[in-house]
Amino acid sequence: MGQFLLVTIQIDLYDRLALNLEADLVQMVSKTGARGVLIDISVVSIVDSFMGRIIGNIANMSKIMDAETVVVGMQPAVAITLIELGLPLTGVHTALDVEKGMELLRKKILVDGEELDETYNTDSTE
Amino acid sequence: MHKFLFMKIEIARMLQKKKKQIIDLWMKNQLADSALRDDLMSNDELRAQSEELVDALLKKLTDDNLSNIESADFENVYEILGGISITRARQGFSPRETGLYIYSLKDALLSILQQEFKNDPVQLYEASMRVSKLIDSFGIVTFETFIKGREEIILRQTDEITEISTPVIRVWDGILALPIIGTLDSARTQVVMENLLQEIVNTGSSIAILDISGVPAVDSLVAQHLIKTVSATRLMGAECIISGIRPEIAQTVVHLGIDLSNVVTKATLASALKYAYSILQLEVRKKQNNLVKTN
Amino acid sequence: MEKNWMKPITPTVLNKDKLSVFKEQDVVPFRNRVKEYATRIGMGLVNQTKLITAASELVRNMLRYADGGETLIEVISKGRENGIRLTFTDKGPGIANIEQAMKDGFTTGKSLGLGLPGTKRLVSEFDIKSVVGKGTTVTVVKWKNG
Repeated sequence: MGQFLLVTIQIDLYDRLALNLEADLVQMVSKTGARGVLIDISVVSIVDSFMGRIIGNIANMSKIMDAETVVVGMQPAVAITLIELGLPLTGVHTALDVEKGMELLRKKILVDGEELDETYNTDSTE
Repeated sequence: MHKFLFMKIEIARMLQKKKKQIIDLWMKNQLADSALRDDLMSNDELRAQSEELVDALLKKLTDDNLSNIESADFENVYEILGGISITRARQGFSPRETGLYIYSLKDALLSILQQEFKNDPVQLYEASMRVSKLIDSFGIVTFETFIKGREEIILRQTDEITEISTPVIRVWDGILALPIIGTLDSARTQVVMENLLQEIVNTGSSIAILDISGVPAVDSLVAQHLIKTVSATRLMGAECIISGIRPEIAQTVVHLGIDLSNVVTKATLASALKYAYSILQLEVRKKQNNLVKTN
Repeated sequence: MEKNWMKPITPTVLNKDKLSVFKEQDVVPFRNRVKEYATRIGMGLVNQTKLITAASELVRNMLRYADGGETLIEVISKGRENGIRLTFTDKGPGIANIEQAMKDGFTTGKSLGLGLPGTKRLVSEFDIKSVVGKGTTVTVVKWKNG
């Protein structure tokens, strides 16, 4: 995956697991120097305020470490519920699927650092 | 007591004997009424229907169940009545016309009783009351089923309207358009949101255009519904543009102090489409080689 | 010919289930149980998601503010409508000012607050009763098509 981290959440997470995910992911960002984090929630059927906060935290923490976070594959029912609940997840980027999420990350990183050298550019656009 | 029971048997039996007379009288009543709808149902059909009902009623009528409207003996009668009412509701009979159908049977039955017991007012009163009550109960059932029939029509139409009123159109690869026609209430917003988001998933579209040219007025509640739809679309990872903002709508939005600054708005569907093309880095232009040839 | 018109309309409880929630690990099983019941009455996906999310919020509040409590899941029916009723009973500190707690943006500390107004928007009916020092009972209803 090069400079992106992809996390697929497969099950409805227990609180402890969700908190672990937050910690592990931030560790991974630091260890790999990833520029982007993709969180795939396409099989997650419930996002409540706790889960929403975890996602928001991951995005904010990554941001401080100079990595962008994109949440991909949110189900329509989950999106409608989050809006009704009053949790628009501001500050978190979203995309329809992993492919579109990667595209978005590439664009963000390109816009962020136009001074990046040639080799970097070719790597990220292949 | 014994004598009383004997007399009750007399009513049911007497009516059964006079079946033909009852049907004739009932038909005469119906045909004479101004509410007759021979445009919706032929007289032969009406007679067949009436005969079937009288037949079913008299077959099961006894001294006991005459005053027991809930008797299981009348199940068949209720079934026939239900069928007649539903058919009439669908055929476009008015409630009054349907009501008169069953109540003119009461007139016929009462006339027969009157002939039969003209020398015994006590018996006549007693019999009339019982028959009246029974037919009234039939009348209630008729109305109940008639209204149920109409309700079914309304429900079906509501479903159809909801379906028709929220078509999601794929205008381009990756671009969806949803023209909203009529007022946007919370129930409708739910349908719009569900359809739109599901279609975004199905087609993998990244841009949705909500066209509100057909929305008569935008108040703060409607605006809130629109903003919700836009936010939900964004959560899915797609962009949502609102088009069809008429001058009056722009005016009310500003006067009501509604904040649409976070929403991309365009005056027309055409300009929204143009904006969508630019996001997708598409270009639409006239063919150049044609120009070369003609010059 | 059924004669429904003679009977008065009363909500009836068709089925019920009790679950205690006293630790974080109880949240997901509880949600799954709610989902089971909602699926069984044929509730649509969006309404199901709203109900389960609301249930999750309320059960988390119960854990956070009252160290847990009892939940009751009921399948109810009123007229032609079927629905799910959830009752959350705790013996926590109670809420002094419910009116204030039902306002958007209210929080008693920590990060996200009670989130009661948001939860209320997710369900068809919402009722909260609280006695300071005794505890709180929240009841929500989600109709199959509501």
